[in-house]
Amino acid sequence: MKELGKKVLAGDIRAASRLIRNLEDQIPETNIAMREIFAHTGNSHVIGITGAPGAGKSTLTDELIDAYRKKDKTVGVLAVDPTSPFTGGALLGDRIRMLRHAEDKGVFVRSLATRGAMGGISKAVGEGIHVMDVLKKDKIIVETVGVGQQEVEIINHAHTVIVVLVPGMGDEIQALKAGLMEIADIFVINKADRDGAGKLYKETLNMVKMSKDMGDNGSWTIPVLLVENVLEPNKFAESVKALSDKIDEHYQYLVDNNLLSERMRRKTAAEVNEALWGNILQPVLSDLHSQGEMEKMVDKVLSRQTDPYTLAEEIASRYIKKQA
Amino acid sequence: MSDRRIRILLAKPGLDGHDRGARVLARCFRDAGFEVIYTGCHQTPEQIASAAVQEDVDVVGLSCLSGAHKYLFPQVAKLLQDEGAGDIMVIGGGIIPDQDMQALYEAGLKAIFTPGATLDSLVEWINTNVKPRA
Ligand SMILES: Nc1nc2c(ncn2[C@@H]2O[C@H](COP(=O)(O)OP(=O)(O)O)[C@@H](O)[C@H]2O)c(=O)[nH]1
Ligand SMILES: [Mg+2]
Repeated sequence: MKELGKKVLAGDIRAASRLIRNLEDQIPETNIAMREIFAHTGNSHVIGITGAPGAGKSTLTDELIDAYRKKDKTVGVLAVDPTSPFTGGALLGDRIRMLRHAEDKGVFVRSLATRGAMGGISKAVGEGIHVMDVLKKDKIIVETVGVGQQEVEIINHAHTVIVVLVPGMGDEIQALKAGLMEIADIFVINKADRDGAGKLYKETLNMVKMSKDMGDNGSWTIPVLLVENVLEPNKFAESVKALSDKIDEHYQYLVDNNLLSERMRRKTAAEVNEALWGNILQPVLSDLHSQGEMEKMVDKVLSRQTDPYTLAEEIASRYIKKQA
Repeated sequence: MSDRRIRILLAKPGLDGHDRGARVLARCFRDAGFEVIYTGCHQTPEQIASAAVQEDVDVVGLSCLSGAHKYLFPQVAKLLQDEGAGDIMVIGGGIIPDQDMQALYEAGLKAIFTPGATLDSLVEWINTNVKPRA
């Protein structure tokens, strides 16, 4: 599809979903479109939702969409599910919880498979957020896979991270200790209709207080919210509306303290790093490969005629000279 | 170094609420290496078409036991065309009488599978007919 970047800038949904697809498929020309749209990004509020599989992340996202639509905000969703390591295929089941928004033009839901990426999101999420941003989504919600405690990638992409806990999973406090504490801006105790919700709530409050005493998290006190049973729609909607208010409060806190762009610093550094890699090292490597020189170099090192360090210096001076 | 995967949206429009078959199919497609967006029962053609565009799928697979395929299947194909997404292939499955086939193909369906079709034959059809796109 030609002129992908321009079409996305004009708000074309089909072009936007194709661009995200090209990002997932790692089509090299995708850079052209990303370059066109980049200047128009940086306006959306990015919200991450993480927590164990089955914790109710998708159900919560669905209701959050509703809460934000009632506040007249547009919403983009990137929902990540795992790729099977055996077949490379994936069952993407988050959307099934959000079907009621399918026809709402103010809502764009996109499912992504991890495709082998660790850390709970897919590699395309970072740039997928830029695409949603250009589509002028006020709120962009990223739902992570929820496989475990290494799911800290989301902190690099979201302004506000919500950690969803549920009673009865046994290892909640373990999880808190293991690092979720550091990434949470808001805790949700979900399925508050279940046994043990009150206990979990108290334990989480204690954890928050302890970390506060240790001076973490600046001046933001991590709120702990109980979200009521999804089976009682009115109560559920009410508590998710309260959650959306808290999320907005956190956003305002970041704005007031000039922390908004600070949150994106690591992501941006990674993007610059990757672009440099793609523009400097990648072409050199493909050049060396296509000339068959890579194989010869490996042979030389194997037979100890030279070493990798000397070789790298030679190659570097050769290509850098070419440039000058 | 691109990494293309086939993406499929599975839906079960119409009123009947049994989706066991569709779930089996979803798992089978995943095991064939496809990315499957499963959207369950009771959806309108409008919801299905809109989801297919947002998800940028190659194929929309519809299954229907309620006999409403005559309206629902063509409607999905038409809506996709209207949205400039006519290249997304619509395929259907279910108990579909022979005399309805012609009309469905004319309405833009690319393949129709009746209950005798094996899962392997479906996977093979998709692998043969979905062309990697630029
Ligand atoms: N009892 C109870 N069940 C819930 C609640 N929220 C979600 N669920 C159920 O938990 C299951 C998993 O929900 P889902 O949103 O798919 O979880 P995810 O894997 O974290 O995205 C579903 O069957 C939901 O209906 C809740 O507040 N109370
Ligand atoms: Mg989910």
